[in-house]
Amino acid sequence: MEKFVRLTAKACPLALPNLNTDQILPARYLKWPRSAGLGRVLFQDLRYDTDGNERSDFPLNRQVWRDAKILVAGRNFGGGSSREAAVYALYDAGIRCVIAASFGDIFAQNAVKNGLLTAILPEADAAEVATAIAGDPDQLVSVDLERQTILRGNHIYPFAVDPVSRNQLLNGWDDIDLTESNRDRISAFRSEDLKRRPWALPAKA
Amino acid sequence: MREPSTLVDKLWSAHEITRREDGAALLWVDRHFVHEGSFHAFSHMKARGRSIAEPGLTFAVADHYVPTRGREQGIANPEIAAMVRNLETNTSESGITLFGLRDPRQGIVHVVGPEQGLTLPGLLIVCGDSHTSTHGAFGAYAFGIGASEVAHVLMTQTLWQKKPKRMRVNVGGKAIVGVGAKDIALAIIASIGADGAQGHAIEFAGSAIAALSMEGRMTLCNMSIEAGGRCGMVAPDETTFAYLKDRPYAPKGATFEQALEVWSAQVSDPGAAFDRETTLDAGAIAPIVTWGTTPDDALPIDAYAPDPAREPDPVWAKYLREALDYMGIPPGKKLTEIAIDRVFIGSCTNARIEDLRAAAAVLAGRVAKVPGLVSPGSSMVKQQAEAEGLSKIFRDAGLEWADSGCSMCVGINGDIVASGERCASTTNRNFRGRQGPGARTHLMSPAMVAAAAVSGHLADVRPLLAGRAL
Repeated sequence: MEKFVRLTAKACPLALPNLNTDQILPARYLKWPRSAGLGRVLFQDLRYDTDGNERSDFPLNRQVWRDAKILVAGRNFGGGSSREAAVYALYDAGIRCVIAASFGDIFAQNAVKNGLLTAILPEADAAEVATAIAGDPDQLVSVDLERQTILRGNHIYPFAVDPVSRNQLLNGWDDIDLTESNRDRISAFRSEDLKRRPWALPAKA
Repeated sequence: MREPSTLVDKLWSAHEITRREDGAALLWVDRHFVHEGSFHAFSHMKARGRSIAEPGLTFAVADHYVPTRGREQGIANPEIAAMVRNLETNTSESGITLFGLRDPRQGIVHVVGPEQGLTLPGLLIVCGDSHTSTHGAFGAYAFGIGASEVAHVLMTQTLWQKKPKRMRVNVGGKAIVGVGAKDIALAIIASIGADGAQGHAIEFAGSAIAALSMEGRMTLCNMSIEAGGRCGMVAPDETTFAYLKDRPYAPKGATFEQALEVWSAQVSDPGAAFDRETTLDAGAIAPIVTWGTTPDDALPIDAYAPDPAREPDPVWAKYLREALDYMGIPPGKKLTEIAIDRVFIGSCTNARIEDLRAAAAVLAGRVAKVPGLVSPGSSMVKQQAEAEGLSKIFRDAGLEWADSGCSMCVGINGDIVASGERCASTTNRNFRGRQGPGARTHLMSPAMVAAAAVSGHLADVRPLLAGRAL
């Protein structure tokens, strides 16, 4: 997994609340392998009309934000379905950080496994950043994970992030490798547990 | 003396293998369910040149993509056929038991697990599906995970997790006739919000919860995720134990007796501390429908749709306007005057035998004014419903009786609501486009869907139950 330490990039405001994973990636694309290009269908039904034409009022369709790497979203971003492909779609469209007042738990967990930072700002700060970048779309925003700050012009906003996720992103840790280093502990737990909870096994297995 | 501890804490500590300095714990997974959508995870595993750690603790079900009509002729859509075939290949290569398309035990994973006795109190259960919270109805610690975590469980039978906060939702009193678990769930979500339980494991408690059947508890825990909860659970009791006895994969004989002793202690101790508590009176809950595009856009059936013009907060007013616009509902419209185009009875939320009975009790001797689809939660539920004569009631009312799968809840098997159409649905998500691009979904209980079907518009089921045996 790619590390995330700091990032300076354009940020696109998407200040709608409750943008759930069905909006980020509609279910009909879940059949696609990642190699099919999930980034192309990110926010498909919000981004395009039923004839497949771009909706001009959708921020990511504006020329200035086509190369944005940061999204500034409304509260409860990524609630709903556990589809990790929603994270693939964001990442493959170039997004490396989503800023919002709150995130769906499973989405946030999926994000960190893929090197996507979910930065939590108080609702008022998130709204302020969204309004400011809407007024000056070319300005760059810096996200510093070590310091846990977002820098926009002269403004510094401290953000919250789950310490476990922060650790993992800063180090680019791979879960499997970490788990492997605990192999002995796992086998010890397993043999003890079989004695402690024989009923926990499926009866026919 | 030991500190009083919550059910959540007890379940967590029974599965903790080790803990890192940053607080992440490595947890043992007792049951892992996979489905067609788990293909990303199998690819991850293969890409690493790894194989499955515990095939005996992993069970697969074909549910998300399977056809609900004309199944006997095979799968017409080649993309969907490939998804189901892919699951068959992945599971047979890994030695995983599959309840496949033609297996009599096939059905929706969150119906099949409990039905087969794979879901037990005290277990830690995961699946690459957010509605895995359903299994918490048995006093299990059950939650949905993404593809990377599914791959991790396949390879190691463990997961790194941060412990969530603990929240107790107390539902006291007694629900009135016509109000079921779905209404209680929607009332809770409306009260705390669609993100109200974010970062929390929820324990549902109180007299109205204890009075629920296992089917009702599953509906409630299923909807925990719609309140943003990491998982939801109900402490096991006699209702739980009676349900589990003699289920195929549940423990038998002396092992069952031993399990009962352990399970009986799987409750929150008196005085145990929760990070948050909230209380509702079941007796004050009326039948509920959603009007908007998130599950917390829920109101009692005798209410009116909101009017953005009367909303002082401009941000909220904009949200209401957009939601009403998508739903095609004029501001302030009386909910019972909203005409519907079709109904759907199905999904992991509300397609168990009790749900079908509740809908049939309203439909018996009546005719639906709109078309509709009934997809039972599992093939076993289908068989039972046919034996009880429920399928005949649905057919006589003019509804289509189909095979089991996720079907029109998520629409990826081809069962979709057409753009602009309005569907009264027993499902769990009224998100934009959830049942198909442009589809408009109203969530409600099976009895309320039946009431809407025979009325042609959103309707209060209570008058329709008068004089009927329930």
